[in-house]
Amino acid sequence: MAQAKGEPVGEPVISLRQVTAELGGRPVLRGIDVTVGRGEVVALLGANGSGKSTAVRTVIGQVPVTGGSVEIFGTPRRRFRDWARVGYVPQRTTAAGGVPATVTEVVTSGRLARARFGMLRKADREAVTHALEQVGMAGRAKDSVDALSGGQHQRVLIARALVSDPELLIMDEPMAGVDLASQEVLAATLRHQVEQGASVLLVLHELGPLEPLIDRAVVLRDGCVLHDGPPPKAVGQHALPGHDHVHPHDADAAPVRTGLLT
Amino acid sequence: MEFLNYAFMQRALLAAALVGITAPAVGIYLVQRRQALMGDGIGHVAMTGVGLGFLLSTSPVWMATGVAVIGAVAMELIRWYGKTRGDIALAMLFYGGMAGGVMLINLAPGGSNANLSSYLFGSLSTVSDDDVLAICLLAAFVVLVTVGLRRQLFAVSQDEEFARVTGLPVRALNLLTAVTAAVTVTVAMRVVGLLLVSALMVVPVAAAQQLTRSFAATFAIAVAIGVSVTLGGTVTSYYQDVPPGATIVLLTIGVFMVLTLLATPLARRRARLSAARDMACTADVPGTRSASDEVTV
Repeated sequence: MAQAKGEPVGEPVISLRQVTAELGGRPVLRGIDVTVGRGEVVALLGANGSGKSTAVRTVIGQVPVTGGSVEIFGTPRRRFRDWARVGYVPQRTTAAGGVPATVTEVVTSGRLARARFGMLRKADREAVTHALEQVGMAGRAKDSVDALSGGQHQRVLIARALVSDPELLIMDEPMAGVDLASQEVLAATLRHQVEQGASVLLVLHELGPLEPLIDRAVVLRDGCVLHDGPPPKAVGQHALPGHDHVHPHDADAAPVRTGLLT
Repeated sequence: MEFLNYAFMQRALLAAALVGITAPAVGIYLVQRRQALMGDGIGHVAMTGVGLGFLLSTSPVWMATGVAVIGAVAMELIRWYGKTRGDIALAMLFYGGMAGGVMLINLAPGGSNANLSSYLFGSLSTVSDDDVLAICLLAAFVVLVTVGLRRQLFAVSQDEEFARVTGLPVRALNLLTAVTAAVTVTVAMRVVGLLLVSALMVVPVAAAQQLTRSFAATFAIAVAIGVSVTLGGTVTSYYQDVPPGATIVLLTIGVFMVLTLLATPLARRRARLSAARDMACTADVPGTRSASDEVTV
């Protein structure tokens, strides 16, 4: 699976062609092309509202496309079933739900892609422990996720994505609101995954500590691809080490709230 | 223990215990999804089913189950497709269901709101053998779903978007949760009544999570609380001649308050321990050195 950088990449692991999508009747993607080759690390950059989160959400099927095609591992997304090969880190500030849950319980839910009927074998439990070790959270395995800091929440969400041993990682703003220590842990985890041959699609506000890992950057503006090539150089404030963005989440990322039921 | 000699009490206690198990078992997933009031909505819709049962002279329990399931599926569909006015659509469903029940029962020959009241607030002493059979079958379905599919339902209720990427059939599981909640409402209907059923789905879970850190423990303790209060409430209502539904719900809220008071020192202790652990760890902060330069990385 591992392939040296620069070799012909063959079948791309993700391929968006002329994808259009709208949210609430408003066009958000206006025909974008994004590909991620095998073993490649691609960053999707752009301002709030540029459509970068929507683009990854078309890949996982959370946002329906109105035109163009989305393929994962060469299979049209609608027919793609092999989700154990994909690890997803959604844009979240918390891993908690309405009921207490331990770090282990949350991470274990990521293993369901491999343990189809919910039966956990020894290998599954070991995978959970291993994923927690990778993000430096093994010591908090039995703690409630409610007791964690923002950066620790993000580490748990990444462990949950890694636990199915994915070949492709899709991460939506994994560094948003994460403290410096956790950022370094996350960068090291990602580097390890890339060395193992994983392909990565990242949504980022700025390149930050992940910059050395990134092969290619796709910059979106107003639902169109503005740049597709080597990562742009960060300038000004954004270039400073430790510069930490904490943004309110995109309005389009909010789930539909229906009053009484939510 | 002389109440055990009466057949009506045996039926009542069996029905009560099953409600004590099923209501929190479904409720925990609703609370986890932050849809704590869904049970209340389904209860309103089920009233139309009770009315239909009287009008057509069939079993109100099975009729209520059918209508509640249709209502719950409709709510789930509104949640998917409903945009900004979803709450209005739900309000129409709730109040339409309630008004429909009142209307239908008055159209039924010999029917009046007095018949309805035993379904609104529960009437354990009038639980028949047929009711008990229906309750047993429905409760078995609820337990099978909520325990057998606990990992899948946990994943979907915790993070729906992520669950989709693990390949879980998210929509099917959401519909199954809605149907299971509807079935639970009708299981609980004869015991605590349609208007109070939501309390048994939500309050035992809220009480349990005062003490717990894990989902599994919350589930177990919530069910234990559920069974204790339904049995306790039923026996109390036998001795004191008070309405069982109201007794059970007030007992549950009492348990919640007691556990909340007990949990406060527990939570403080945990916070202190976890703070102490965070303080002890210096390796996370780049650049800090202890005086003796012992750097553990």
